[in-house]
Amino acid sequence: MTAAAQSSTANYQLPITKRIALYWSLTKPLQSGLLLATGLAGYMSARCPVFNMGTILQLAASLFLAIAGSTVLNMWWDRDIDAKMGRTKKRATSKGLVDENEVLRVGLILSVIGVGWAVAMDALYGLIVFAGLFFDVVVYSIWLKRRTAWSIVWGGISGAMPILAGRALGLGFIDWVGVTLALGILFWIPTHTLTFSMKFAKDYEAACVPTFPSTYGLGVTRATIAISSVLAAAAMIVAGYGIGMAWGFLRLLGVLSAGLLILAVVITFKPSERINFGLFKYASIYMLASMILLFF
Amino acid sequence: MKMSALDRVLLLLTGLLAAYQVAVGIDGLGTVPIIAYTIGFGVLLVAGLLIFILGFDVLDSPVVVVVSTIIPLTLSLGLVWQHLASFRTSYLVFTIVSFLAVSLTRSIPMQNKLPVIVLAVTHGISGMTIFLLPIILSIQGAVQPLFSLVGVGGALIGVGGLLLSFLKTGRPILSRETILRLFPTLLLLTTAFFVAGFKFG
Repeated sequence: MTAAAQSSTANYQLPITKRIALYWSLTKPLQSGLLLATGLAGYMSARCPVFNMGTILQLAASLFLAIAGSTVLNMWWDRDIDAKMGRTKKRATSKGLVDENEVLRVGLILSVIGVGWAVAMDALYGLIVFAGLFFDVVVYSIWLKRRTAWSIVWGGISGAMPILAGRALGLGFIDWVGVTLALGILFWIPTHTLTFSMKFAKDYEAACVPTFPSTYGLGVTRATIAISSVLAAAAMIVAGYGIGMAWGFLRLLGVLSAGLLILAVVITFKPSERINFGLFKYASIYMLASMILLFF
Repeated sequence: MKMSALDRVLLLLTGLLAAYQVAVGIDGLGTVPIIAYTIGFGVLLVAGLLIFILGFDVLDSPVVVVVSTIIPLTLSLGLVWQHLASFRTSYLVFTIVSFLAVSLTRSIPMQNKLPVIVLAVTHGISGMTIFLLPIILSIQGAVQPLFSLVGVGGALIGVGGLLLSFLKTGRPILSRETILRLFPTLLLLTTAFFVAGFKFG
């Protein structure tokens, strides 16, 4: 019996609740939740009536399915390199706890339902959601991730699509504020992913995945983090102004942005593992807080 | 010392209160007080988040002395600008000079007691301003009685600063563990009294 067949048999012998739990973990709930929050914030930023619960629920469901679908497809595609990295080798796909063909099917089904639902709601919204999924799975994961450190730019573009999609759904068209919000996410993503790739540099090296630290060195990576943090903070503040955010909330966004900039400067001139980790965590809190502020 | 879940909740609440104050608690004031309070509560917010993320070890950093000076200096500047019009310019000069002096004396190695003297004068004047001014104004009836809560916050932040200073000099009056266990509660109470004082005062 082959390994795949063994894993398949093992998979089907698992109780359904255990299988659901395994697939839930494959959707990376925290990351998907953060991306979903950006989509909802994009929609709210268009000053749509918050009580339009029908649209909000459909937006949340379609976007979550599309994001979860693309994440599961990424897990399926990257299962071989995930198995080589300490950080990811315990994933259900790496350990063979789930049947790989079933993972592919689940990823495709979630993606088709998510994108299909989005298109049914609004063609432009659906197109942007599809673009996000395409950039994430095809361009980032399948095409570029194992070839160039610059793949993160495409991963970033993909991560920027939910907020643009949400705003486009609220407005019915793409405006400069939506593009600026998307740029804010695009520039924020290197702050998040590059600190991550510095922390797990050996893992990526073992899996032969090119990263900024391994290709250009730590100095260039830190400078890139600092520059992208400045650009992300500037984009979020400009977008906040463009939305017509109240001065108080704009002040708060400025304070949170200052924290991001200070950490980025510290990591450039006085780098340490602890500050690196701090910036990684702070960047997540910053983005979540920024999205909450966009609701007001 | 490992941070407990309760410590994290207290720090998160501190951050939320400081965020509230920056976003809505200081609307309608003049430009200088708004800038001063934004910096003061902003430092409280970001510092709370960083302690939340990095743990108590971050308090061992030498930068903490400089950063913790910003809070009393900016809050006292805001108060003076709002309520003591005749001292505005002189206090603004004092704030800038004090901050520069603390930064300078903490970044250049010195054998004498100048860094301690500079820090004591800076914290002494700004701390007493935050503590006494709201209470005196409340007693005089110039502001609502509950504005005196800002003074209570000032006293608490002074206690926190003292405990941290003792910790840094290696001669703590309480054990390091006790000081760190008290710190999140003290920070939350300080922020809560400030916010309540501004809101109801």
